[in-house]
Amino acid sequence: MSSIADTGITHVHDDHDHDHKPRGFLNRWLFTTNHKDIGTLYLVFSLLMFFIGGSMALVIRAELFVPGLQLVHPEFFNQMTTMHALIMVFGAVMPAWVGFANWMIPLMIGAPDMALPRMNNWSFWILPFAFTMLLSTLFMDGGGPAAGWTLYPPLSLQTGNSFAFVVFAVHMMGISSIMGSINVIATIINMRAPGMTLLRMPLFVWTWLITAYLLIAVMPVLAGAVTMLLTDHFFGTSFFNAAGGGDPVMFQHIFWFFGHPEVYIMILPAFGVISEILPTFSRKPLFGYAAMVYATASIAFLSFIVWAHHMFTVGMPLEGELFFMYATMLIAVPTGVKVFNWVSTMWKGSMTFETPMLFAIGFVVLFTIGGLSGLMLAISAADFQYHDTYFVVAHFHYVLVPGSVFALMAGTYYWLPKWTGMMYSERWGKLHFWLSTIFVNVLFFPQHYLGLAGMPRRIPDYSPQFADFNKISSIGGFAFGLTQLIFVGVIVHAVWVSKKKARARVWEGAIGLEWTVPSPAPYHTFEKAPDIDESMVPHADEISH
Amino acid sequence: MRGSGNTGLVIKLVLVSVSTFAFGIFAMPPLYDKFCQITGIGQAGVRVEAPRDLPAVAERKVTILLDANANSTLPWEFEPVQRRININVGEASETAYRVRNLLEEASAGRAVYNVTPPTAARYFVKTECFCFSRQSLLAGEEKEMPVRFYIDPELPEEIEEITLSYTFFPNPDPDTASGTTASGSD
Ligand SMILES: [Cu+2]
Repeated sequence: MSSIADTGITHVHDDHDHDHKPRGFLNRWLFTTNHKDIGTLYLVFSLLMFFIGGSMALVIRAELFVPGLQLVHPEFFNQMTTMHALIMVFGAVMPAWVGFANWMIPLMIGAPDMALPRMNNWSFWILPFAFTMLLSTLFMDGGGPAAGWTLYPPLSLQTGNSFAFVVFAVHMMGISSIMGSINVIATIINMRAPGMTLLRMPLFVWTWLITAYLLIAVMPVLAGAVTMLLTDHFFGTSFFNAAGGGDPVMFQHIFWFFGHPEVYIMILPAFGVISEILPTFSRKPLFGYAAMVYATASIAFLSFIVWAHHMFTVGMPLEGELFFMYATMLIAVPTGVKVFNWVSTMWKGSMTFETPMLFAIGFVVLFTIGGLSGLMLAISAADFQYHDTYFVVAHFHYVLVPGSVFALMAGTYYWLPKWTGMMYSERWGKLHFWLSTIFVNVLFFPQHYLGLAGMPRRIPDYSPQFADFNKISSIGGFAFGLTQLIFVGVIVHAVWVSKKKARARVWEGAIGLEWTVPSPAPYHTFEKAPDIDESMVPHADEISH
Repeated sequence: MRGSGNTGLVIKLVLVSVSTFAFGIFAMPPLYDKFCQITGIGQAGVRVEAPRDLPAVAERKVTILLDANANSTLPWEFEPVQRRININVGEASETAYRVRNLLEEASAGRAVYNVTPPTAARYFVKTECFCFSRQSLLAGEEKEMPVRFYIDPELPEEIEEITLSYTFFPNPDPDTASGTTASGSD
């Protein structure tokens, strides 16, 4: 056990039992410091959270199926919208990306493990406690948080004593992601195999490096904001209390200073995964590798100066409205570069359409729809109409569900054979893709119209004029939710049932170090640094000239 | 080379996250107040001065709209005596607000205010206001509270109308008269 724990820190003395996994369930999973085990833990945890958060979404869609109040109390409805968001953002999408980082980054850069394996164990095992605490608030007196995931005061300060649990849960999630990010940065900076220069790294590694920097820059700001809420709630301070000389609008500034980079934390690794998959199934190198790296970095930089586009209606000076409008629109330029490069990668490629490729193409198309509605929202004058309506809900769900979540699924299908050593069922994978794509649009597209017609978000009841689109959206929601059971089925099948062995290079067009190790990837890989030759790195030729 | 130099890097990264936490909690509130003062948002932008001899009155009219709200947690009736007044810039002006305690017991409150448009705030000069201090009312008591102010003649040409708005909040404990991030103006 201890020799395994040490492998990441020093590997002067290579251990002799490296193909033996630790014996016993607790040793294997609770005390593990192996990046692949921890990656698996993260992925399984986030899948569980995806279904918990998804069930909450279904409570919401069930209540909204017809106008009027029928299934749940409005207070509980508000708790559902709040918890759904907190769980999906902090429990499903973010840990899923950390899981991918754990599994793939060492394999992609030729490192034996993450740089700080013991801390890695910690950053995962904090999460189950954080989310147990968060979920337990639903059963407390006065219920859980009900002010939306943005936790705006004064509304969020009306939460009962369970609020302290919410704040500490957010602190723990924050600590977990900061530790995860420090680990990712240290791994990428210090653990690359000789020859794996920064500009030869796969794009997934690049996007995660930038994401990790974003995380350590903004998660502490969120921690600060919720700490101030905590002291306002329990210790009589007035950071956000107008009566005591504070200002609730200041919370919005601090929150969104975290919140906008946060949305890129959820999408940048998705950009990375898509940039791995499209070249593989187009059998062409990624178009404009360097441009992709710089575009990612510019998106990350711009994410710090656009936050107030979430608050156009608070009464900002005109100069502020204009600055945040133009700065936001500027982000469309690097994002456009990315979409252009993805399309150019596919252009005249010998494309095949295996499940990962389908999800990747679905991502490019549907994420772009979400990007366009984002541009509409950036127009500050028009935002006064869209603000806090279902148009906003449609926008961010398009970038998050067929955006981040589709990329997570694409990545899962892409690397699942590497993880399990078995091919998944292509048939069921494709069915999963098509049903997901159809129903995600049935679910979210009508919400654009609802928002434009003026239906406010976060309400359990609505005017009868919105009935038809809500009904369509709810049907889409339930069908999309059920479709995700196929995903679980495909994974279970690939892990325990499938008899079809995967080759080391699972996809014929795949290039990269992760495809040079056998499938399933052995418990310990790259204990001796690989000799990297040009054929192993997809972008080598761009750099050598 | 692989795995060396982790400690230094980790220390740096931990320092970065600790300092962004500190930035969020210690630097953001004062920076925000400064920002409001500069841009004139909230009450931070309004000037407060001792009464003094005013510059000659210019022949230029502005309309002052007066607005009053009591927070839902404070059962007071609160309204301006006049809803709009027409004054000359630079002219010492006075208006009043009427407040009545609807409770069967004494209670206390404190008013916060802002000026719209925010660009007008720094030309709105208060010389006396009930909002400078905590107000206590006996059960059912009613009183009229004056506000004295003038408009700085430097007021930009395009501003013809200024709204002054107050909100009364409960303030039961005199010790908490000003909050953690109380704006410098009071
Ligand atoms: Cu934003």
